[in-house]
Amino acid sequence: MLLWPLSWLYWGYDMDLKTRALTKSLWAFHAATSPCNNCDIEVLDLFTPRHDVERFGITLVGSVRHADVLVVTGVPNYKTGERLKKLYGQAAKPCFVVAVGGCACGRILFQDSYNSPCPVDEIVPVDVYIPGCPPKPEAMIAGIMKLIKKVEGK
Amino acid sequence: MKALFSYLIFPGFLFSACVGLLACWVDRKVTARLQWRVGPPWYQNFLDIVKLFGKETILPEGAKLTFLLSPCLGLLSVALVATILGVGILSPAHSFMGDLIVVMYLLIIPAASLIIGAFSSRNPFASIGASREMKLILGYELPFILAVIAVIIKAKCAIKLGTIITCQMALGSYIASFSGALAFLAVIFCMQAKLGAVPFDLAESEQELMGGALIEYSGFPLAIFKLTKALMLYVMPLFLIVLFLGKDLSPLFLVAKYTGILVIIILIKNTNPRLRIDQALRFFWGPMTIIATLAVILALLGL
Repeated sequence: MLLWPLSWLYWGYDMDLKTRALTKSLWAFHAATSPCNNCDIEVLDLFTPRHDVERFGITLVGSVRHADVLVVTGVPNYKTGERLKKLYGQAAKPCFVVAVGGCACGRILFQDSYNSPCPVDEIVPVDVYIPGCPPKPEAMIAGIMKLIKKVEGK
Repeated sequence: MKALFSYLIFPGFLFSACVGLLACWVDRKVTARLQWRVGPPWYQNFLDIVKLFGKETILPEGAKLTFLLSPCLGLLSVALVATILGVGILSPAHSFMGDLIVVMYLLIIPAASLIIGAFSSRNPFASIGASREMKLILGYELPFILAVIAVIIKAKCAIKLGTIITCQMALGSYIASFSGALAFLAVIFCMQAKLGAVPFDLAESEQELMGGALIEYSGFPLAIFKLTKALMLYVMPLFLIVLFLGKDLSPLFLVAKYTGILVIIILIKNTNPRLRIDQALRFFWGPMTIIATLAVILALLGL
């Protein structure tokens, strides 16, 4: 753990420095597209002492320009869907999208609703889906680990 | 050649960036431990910088060239301060006349570069952050300069860092006198505001201004701003050590004093909520200016 930077000397060949640094310091921007706020509370739970994700270099940032991960919660409706698209356009690439909760993954009981035109993945490309209503913080950490594996190309 | 080496590598940019990033990690780790968390590993801030260099740089619509140039200006000036202070500590005889005033000017430039960058990004949140930063500069510069004047008076009107250090080596640290202790108290809070640390982080408040002055920055210029912040965290305590704690500057004592000041910064940061801009101004122009003025008067009386 302490000598992890030295591992670049051995494994630096198959993956460039940029990607390795990216996987170890993901900054998250929280995009709430009309959720019921249950998932948002669980997302904030990740930064509390019990599930401290700053261990992996993950922090919440205030501006989407600083973000590497867009954490989307809720069902996008006509207004927030547009905003979500705009937010994704404003983020500096590479920017990954994580859909948190059943609503963001597949609109569960809102799929026939008059004001929800489409799920999140028809607006922005979603990299990881974390289902649950709301998902447990452990499930979210597992999702983040899957995202890191995906970025590393495994 | 030697000047270039000392600017780019040893007391200058590279060394102070490493120390500053490590100090930033100490800050994050101690904060995490105080909140009963584990905290990031020691190389976290280096990784953040490397990652930001690898990201896309977005130029907001209508941004001027100053958007990209201003972060570099801030970094260059702080690196220069680190060089001047480092050379002053390593060999007090090599410092030049009036370098104290040069350092005082150069220490304002990072804040000025933040303001220029924020205004040229054409974002309303950024301009609110920039105007707050501007008011904050007006607030803290007055007690800061008064406190430094107290030190200058104590050092028999020398405006040379080398003379201030040699004076303290002969006569003892200024913090041990009444005027020195009062001036040190005022300067600690000014340093907190200069670093943009928590009670005075109005310009970059994440919650209300979404990153404030830095809102439009991404990739390379954001990395430069983070580096500038890390360098400031190295330079400001060092400047205080030179001014107030200059009795024994052997490496061991230097590290101990630096750590002590870092601990004070982190403690203030973790035990205070963010102030409003009017509260911050009232704080600096009220109690802090009075304390610094008292320090000047006591220094004139020779205490």
